[in-house]
Amino acid sequence: MKSMTTKNRFVSNILTMTHRNLLKTMHNPDSLSDVVIEPVIFTLLFGYLFGGVIAGSVQAYLPMLVSGILVQSILNAASGSGQQLREDINAGVFDRFKTLPISPITPLAGQLVGDILRLLLSGVVALITTFLMGWRPTADLPMLAAALLLAIFIGWATSWIFVLVGLMAKNAELIGSLSMIIILVMTFLSNAFIPVKTLPKVIQAIVKINPVSLTITAIRTILSTGNWGSNATLVLISGGVIILIFMPLTVLVYQRRD
Amino acid sequence: MDHDSLIKVKNIRKQFGDKVAVQDVSFDIKKGEIFGLLGPNGAGKTTILRMMTTLLRQDAGKISLNGFDTLTQGRLARQQFSITGQTAAIDQDLTARENLIIFGKLNGLSRSAAKTRATELLTDFDLINSADQTLATFSGGMRRRLDLAISLIGKPAILFLDEPTTGLDPRTRMQMWRAVQKLVAEGSTVLLTTQYLEEADHLANRIALIDHGKMIAIGTPSDLKKHVGGMQLRIEITDQKWRVQVQKIAHDTLALPVNVSDRTLTVLIDDTSMQMVPQVLNQLQAAKVPISNFAIETPPLDDVFLKMTVGKN
Repeated sequence: MKSMTTKNRFVSNILTMTHRNLLKTMHNPDSLSDVVIEPVIFTLLFGYLFGGVIAGSVQAYLPMLVSGILVQSILNAASGSGQQLREDINAGVFDRFKTLPISPITPLAGQLVGDILRLLLSGVVALITTFLMGWRPTADLPMLAAALLLAIFIGWATSWIFVLVGLMAKNAELIGSLSMIIILVMTFLSNAFIPVKTLPKVIQAIVKINPVSLTITAIRTILSTGNWGSNATLVLISGGVIILIFMPLTVLVYQRRD
Repeated sequence: MDHDSLIKVKNIRKQFGDKVAVQDVSFDIKKGEIFGLLGPNGAGKTTILRMMTTLLRQDAGKISLNGFDTLTQGRLARQQFSITGQTAAIDQDLTARENLIIFGKLNGLSRSAAKTRATELLTDFDLINSADQTLATFSGGMRRRLDLAISLIGKPAILFLDEPTTGLDPRTRMQMWRAVQKLVAEGSTVLLTTQYLEEADHLANRIALIDHGKMIAIGTPSDLKKHVGGMQLRIEITDQKWRVQVQKIAHDTLALPVNVSDRTLTVLIDDTSMQMVPQVLNQLQAAKVPISNFAIETPPLDDVFLKMTVGKN
C-alpha cells in the first residue's frame, strides 16, 4: 500500500513537471517555431529544387523525400531537448527542483515526456507538408501511424543522448549549433535525400553504416509498401538499446552534477 | 545537551581540486533562530549552504537537518527545508501563480490546496495584482519576492536564504527582512548568508564569521563586537591640522594602535586602557586641541569584520 502511494506520487510529480513544460510552451509558442518551420522549409526546398534532378519530377521524388524529411525533422526536434535542459539548469530552476522532496529524476523525466509533443508536432508537419505537395502514402492509416511512431520513438531515444550532452556542456548556444552540424552531417551522409548508388564508393560505405540510413530505410519501407519490415524491428531494438545505455548514464550524470 | 538543535553541522570539509573551499566548519542552530553566515565574496558561504541543502556532498563531516543526515537520508532531509538562492530560481516563461502552484504540487499539496496556498502567498507578498502575468514584466524585487514565496509554499521548518537581498533596493530589502522575521515568528528556523554586516546585525540572532573557508568566529552580534576589544574610543577634531598631535597623544597614553580617517580617530580599547581614557581627554585639553566629539561606544560590526579578516584578503 505504501509503495503504491509512493509510486502514485512519482507519476503525479512527473505529470506536474510535464504540465510545467507544456505551460512554458503555451506561453512561448514561438519556441515551437523550429519544429514547425524547419520541416516545411526543407520539404519545399528539397522537393522543388532537387525533385527534377534526382527523380525526374517533383512527384516522383516525394516518396523518397518524405522519409528523409521525417527523420531529419524528428532528430532536429530531439536535439532541442538538450538545449532546453541546459537553459533550465543555467536559470537555476533545476537547483530548486533538486532540493524538493521528489525523486531526483522527476525534472529530467518531465522534460523528456514533454518533448514527445515536439517530436510528434515536427513529424506531423513533415508528413502534412509532403502530402500537400502531392505525396500519397501507399501505407494505410494504421501503418502510417506506425511509421510516425517509430520515428518518434527513435527521436525520443536520441534525445537522451542530446540531454546527456546538454548536461555535460556549459553553453546552451554551443549545444544548439553543434547539434545542428551533427544532424546535418548525419542526414546528408545518409540515404535521406539521394539514391546511394550515385555516390563514390568510400561515401557509400559511410552511408551504409550510418544509423540514420537504417532508420530511413525502415520508415521508407513502411510508407511505400504498407508492411512492417525487418529493418523496422531492428530500428526498434536499436532505439531500445540507446535508451538502455543512455537513460541510466544521463540520470547518473544528472545526479552527480555538482 | 543539544537536543534542541534543529540543524547540526559537524567538522565539514570540501575541496575542489587542490583548493580547500571549506575547512572544518561546525555549528549548531536552535529551533526558531535566525543564523547568519557572514563573510566576504568567495569565503565559502555558498559552498557550505550547498552542502547543507544536499546540492553538494561534503568530503568529510556530518550535517543533520531535524535529525536527518544530508548524505544518507537526502530525501527526508530535503523535506525539512526550502531554499532561496542568490538569483531568483524561477521559470521566466510561467506566470507567478503557475510557478507557485507547480512548486506547491511538487511539495506534495493537492491541486486545490496548492491553488489556495498560492493565492495566500501572492497576497502576503504583494504580488496578487501581477499574479497572472509572465515574469518578463516583473522587476528584480518582484522576482525575489516571488522566489521567497515559492520557498514558503511547503511551509518548511527550515529556510535557507543565500544572500537574499543582494542587489535589491532599500525598500524591497526592508520587505524581505520583514518577511523573514514574520516567518521566524511563525516558528521557522532561518539560515542566511550575507556579505552585508548591517543585514546580519539587523536580522541574525547569531553569526558565524567565515573567511577563506574557515569559521573564524561565532556568536551573537554583540559577542562578536566584544571579541574585538570591547569598546571603541572615537575622537573627532574640527581641523585636520590637529590630526598628528591627537594621534600621538592617544597612542602614547593608551599604547594602542590608532585608526585615522579624515577628522575621525578611533581606538579599540580593552578594560585596562579604559582607565586611561580620562588622561587622553586631559592631555587634549592641556594641548588646547579643539574637538567636536569624544565618545566611548560599541564598535560597528564592520570593524569586527575588518579586524578579523584584515590582511588575509
